[in-house]
Amino acid sequence: MLEITGLSKSFGGLAAVSNVGLTVEEGKIISLIGPNGAGKTTLFAMVAGFLKPDSGTVMFEDQNITGMKPHRICELGMVRTFQVTQPFAKLTTLENIMVGAYCRTSNRELAEANARRIAKQVGMKASLDQAADSLTVAGRKRLELARALATQPRLLLLDEVMAGLNPIEIDEIVDVIKKIRDTGVTVFLIEHVMKAVMNLSDYAYVLNDGVRIADGTPTEIANNPDVIEAYLGHGAAERMRVEGSANA
Amino acid sequence: MKSLKSRNGLLCLAGLVLALLIPQIIDNNFYIDVLTLVLFSAFLGQSWNILGGYAGQFSFGGVVFFGTGAYASSILFRSFGIDPWIGIFGAIAAGAAMGAFIGFISFRYGLKGSYFALITLAFAEFFRIIANSVEFTGGGVGIFIDYNPSLTQLQFDNPAGYYYLALLMTVISLLIAWWLERSRFGASLVAIRENEEAAEALGVNAFRCKMYAICIAGAMGGAAGTFYTQKFLYLDPPIAYGIGTSVEMLLVTIVGGLGTIFGPLVGAFVLHSINEVARHYLEAPGLSMIVYGLILIGIVGFLPNGLIGLFRRRQKKMAGGDDA
Repeated sequence: MLEITGLSKSFGGLAAVSNVGLTVEEGKIISLIGPNGAGKTTLFAMVAGFLKPDSGTVMFEDQNITGMKPHRICELGMVRTFQVTQPFAKLTTLENIMVGAYCRTSNRELAEANARRIAKQVGMKASLDQAADSLTVAGRKRLELARALATQPRLLLLDEVMAGLNPIEIDEIVDVIKKIRDTGVTVFLIEHVMKAVMNLSDYAYVLNDGVRIADGTPTEIANNPDVIEAYLGHGAAERMRVEGSANA
Repeated sequence: MKSLKSRNGLLCLAGLVLALLIPQIIDNNFYIDVLTLVLFSAFLGQSWNILGGYAGQFSFGGVVFFGTGAYASSILFRSFGIDPWIGIFGAIAAGAAMGAFIGFISFRYGLKGSYFALITLAFAEFFRIIANSVEFTGGGVGIFIDYNPSLTQLQFDNPAGYYYLALLMTVISLLIAWWLERSRFGASLVAIRENEEAAEALGVNAFRCKMYAICIAGAMGGAAGTFYTQKFLYLDPPIAYGIGTSVEMLLVTIVGGLGTIFGPLVGAFVLHSINEVARHYLEAPGLSMIVYGLILIGIVGFLPNGLIGLFRRRQKKMAGGDDA
């Protein structure tokens, strides 16, 4: 569904993403993980058209979308959310979601009906008439998700929708994402909350310093020495192994 | 909610009927003239409101469309003998073309906020100087329009004629704003105002929407230009491209309520009333301006959402009271 090859981007000599390739299969939930500054959000920005890559291609459903404008990519059926939520602050939740719904229809009644349906799907029915800037963090994250869903995507890019949520809220949103996947939408997500990654994803890619260092099922990733070192520092994998056998 | 809506509709209808009857009720040319100017301000303000209030692109040179339209119909009449009632469409086209030109240059290069404000200001000044130095605009001497009252000239032998023309234009501008509030295009503009990047992520073509917005603003400004010259029969560069008009456009809108249908109308009415009353009752020269300024500071300082915002807050409170 999504095929990225040799994607690179540098900012003033600093390589944020270098030569990354990966594939997102239709109907799955795929995760992209890695420590802070690994280049995950930069990669998303390039895929969704917000940044022009220095080199490499992005193919979406066999169409080359490299360097295409975000609104065109959205019309094609791929939409992203933002890590730092970007609500239309002065508008209500319903109006926010309707902006997304207008992507598929110019009919106001239809857009409103779709927005209401989606609000229900992500559990925002109660705050429909609330101004977006009065929502809680969890509410804003849901709103990001709802607006994106309202554009009726086939591929949904979620950038840390669980950051800043408490465990109960995380469980709720994990549920929502699973249900979204069950409706046939493919999900590609950046996440730091490992419990959610393990719980949700069918497959995961690991980025470190702009380079892809590993991929596999969540369990494989969790036991991959390179990944452990990337997160916990040089020599960590070895220490863990030694400590593990000492404890046993 | 439904009853509130139909009540507002009735209020609008009543307002329109009252506005239509005013020349019959008030038999005083001075008041009719003042009201005509209020409507004219409201119309110009709405032109600014579409770009500044709805789309969030604050222009400081809104006058540039007005001046372009004013020159367009005047020159069409003087040099080509095209009557103003057709010329006004030329003015609308010229205003829209000016909008497309300035919009393309500014939005293509992603100018926003104060940079956009400055470039529009610069364009207004640029055209003022151009109009001053070329021949076909009449240069610094300006253009005198012959007074020849008839509908084809958009000139009238009594103030009520101008009043009705201004009323018609204002009603059209209100309908445009009303359509914006209910359409996808309007929702896109508001989304761009609130957060352009997020809007683009959701499939809004921000560049195209902003281009349409500035063209509509330009077209309206152009129409206002024709109205002005046919009423006041004279046009020169400081009138056509003076910064005072730009400021008035944004002032009536901000005082009334940014991004609201009736904001510019309410703002124009209140500001003109304050101005007239202060001028009438305060004898000392300049004192009226000081009072006007103080009231302005009060409104802008204490009512961030303008007078309409105040009204809405009260309405919401009342609606909330009903629920309880």
